[in-house]
Amino acid sequence: MIRTLPTSKTYSRCFKLYVVLYFVFLFAPLLVTCVLAFNDSQFPSLPWKGFTLEWFTADLPQRVGIFHDQINLDSIWVSFRVAFFVTLLSLTVGTCAAFLFEQEDFRFKQGLYFLMLAPLVIPGVILGISILLFSNTLGTHFEESWKIDVELFRPGFWLVVLGQFSFIATLVTLVVSARLRKFDRTLEEAAMNLGANRLEVIWHITLKFLRPALIGAGAVAFLMSFENFNTTLFLVGYQATLPINLYLQVRDGSTPVINAISFLMIVGTSLLALVNLYFSRKGEST
Amino acid sequence: MRWGLFFFLAPVVLWLFVLIVLPHTDLLIMSLRYEDFDGNVTWSLNNYLSFFKEPIYWLTFVRTALYSILVTFLTFVIALPVAFYITKVVNPRYQGFLLVLLLLPFWVSELVRVYGWMILLRESGVINHFLLKAGILNQPIEMLYRDSTMILGLVYTSMLFMVVPIVSVLDSLDDSLIEAAYDLGANMWTILFKIIIPHATPGIMSGSIVVFMLTLGNYLTPNLMGGKNSLWFTEQIYNQFIASFNWNQGSAFGFLLLVLSSIVVWLGLKLTRQNLKKVVQ
Repeated sequence: MIRTLPTSKTYSRCFKLYVVLYFVFLFAPLLVTCVLAFNDSQFPSLPWKGFTLEWFTADLPQRVGIFHDQINLDSIWVSFRVAFFVTLLSLTVGTCAAFLFEQEDFRFKQGLYFLMLAPLVIPGVILGISILLFSNTLGTHFEESWKIDVELFRPGFWLVVLGQFSFIATLVTLVVSARLRKFDRTLEEAAMNLGANRLEVIWHITLKFLRPALIGAGAVAFLMSFENFNTTLFLVGYQATLPINLYLQVRDGSTPVINAISFLMIVGTSLLALVNLYFSRKGEST
Repeated sequence: MRWGLFFFLAPVVLWLFVLIVLPHTDLLIMSLRYEDFDGNVTWSLNNYLSFFKEPIYWLTFVRTALYSILVTFLTFVIALPVAFYITKVVNPRYQGFLLVLLLLPFWVSELVRVYGWMILLRESGVINHFLLKAGILNQPIEMLYRDSTMILGLVYTSMLFMVVPIVSVLDSLDDSLIEAAYDLGANMWTILFKIIIPHATPGIMSGSIVVFMLTLGNYLTPNLMGGKNSLWFTEQIYNQFIASFNWNQGSAFGFLLLVLSSIVVWLGLKLTRQNLKKVVQ
């Protein structure tokens, strides 16, 4: 059963085999995707026809690697920009929310707290359509009442940013709150006794203390935004983000260029995951 | 001190009201509006009535709910032994490493993961290639675009949200309880059902709630792995919004999905006597 109890050889072998199979199940799709990015074939499938980097670097009529594939490069750039703004916005608002719920007291605090958790239990698709509906209602209203055409209310870059921000901010709030709860508030009192005002205390002391959590939450926010599909699907305009763009390509057949992009994404996210892990460990130990 | 409160309160209230409360109120209002053939828009329950009148709509709804339950159950059955192995069986030296390994695939975009399964399973895919080479098959079979494949994909996608909470509850299970039961002559199954599962229930429940909710609201996996006739309810919503441009009908569907998802979360919390606050922490 467990480490301290005697077990039969067959039992522990079977258990080990099961766990090994589980990890194979977990990694097989990713591994295959990566390997086939380097296959010298027109299709992302076996047989193996030799190693090539052409799906990354080529710029030939029959084969355009990812580094020269303008449509995909554009969508990667769009995703980077969306993720940047979403991260900035959710870190700012999420940190405010963490301070609000951890350090302030006001009427309806409990109610507002549950409202803040709501985005966690709303399916992403629903979040997408509600925001699409509401922005459309606002847009129509502005146009009919004041004859103003507001770009923001139409599906497009900023609506995607707002849609993703609406639920990513909740995650940031939770991560930052957890860290803020461990903060020793006598440090604030000491600083205030020494003549600092609240803003100075927050800037010089509390935010310093929160730094690992902010970096970790920022990394998660960036990644969640970069990879978001469900909410973005309904809010996207002519500037497709990378997941939307890949989805359209995968649906209508595929080339190893998608494998090449996937390979870059897997490597990138793994690095980001390890950075996040490093900072969260560091946050726990201090 | 009050300016501090206002400073923090303003952005949070703005966020929650403009992006959560008002849009969902609008969703409800839209679902109760109906446009007749002459283009007059009136208050009406027609959108909800047509959901019950058209079998394809409510059958898809029921199908989605039932499959989501199945996916949740399968995810649990697969995840429990793995979580147990990592917390109780494996040499503690490898524990941290295995945990990182467990989490790593879920950082990768869902789209990439689904794409990986498509390359593996399709007619010209990797698995078919090996089966043909080994002589097990004479001609390739299409493994994609079936219900079972879609379920596989959904289980794979939601695995993380089951494993992590179970690992954290099993971590707090005292080994001596299992040792005592063993000394008293209990067999493996008795220990599993009398000690491990009762202790892990809070983790299992919060895992199940999240998995169910995410599966119910998933669009990508059923759409790409389930093929043309997969009929997931989110696809119906998408069709109403983007293909038929019937936003009122789509809103009604969206609201129904939201209600179902909320009821399940609420029931799950009630059954285990937990509150949302604890589960998210």
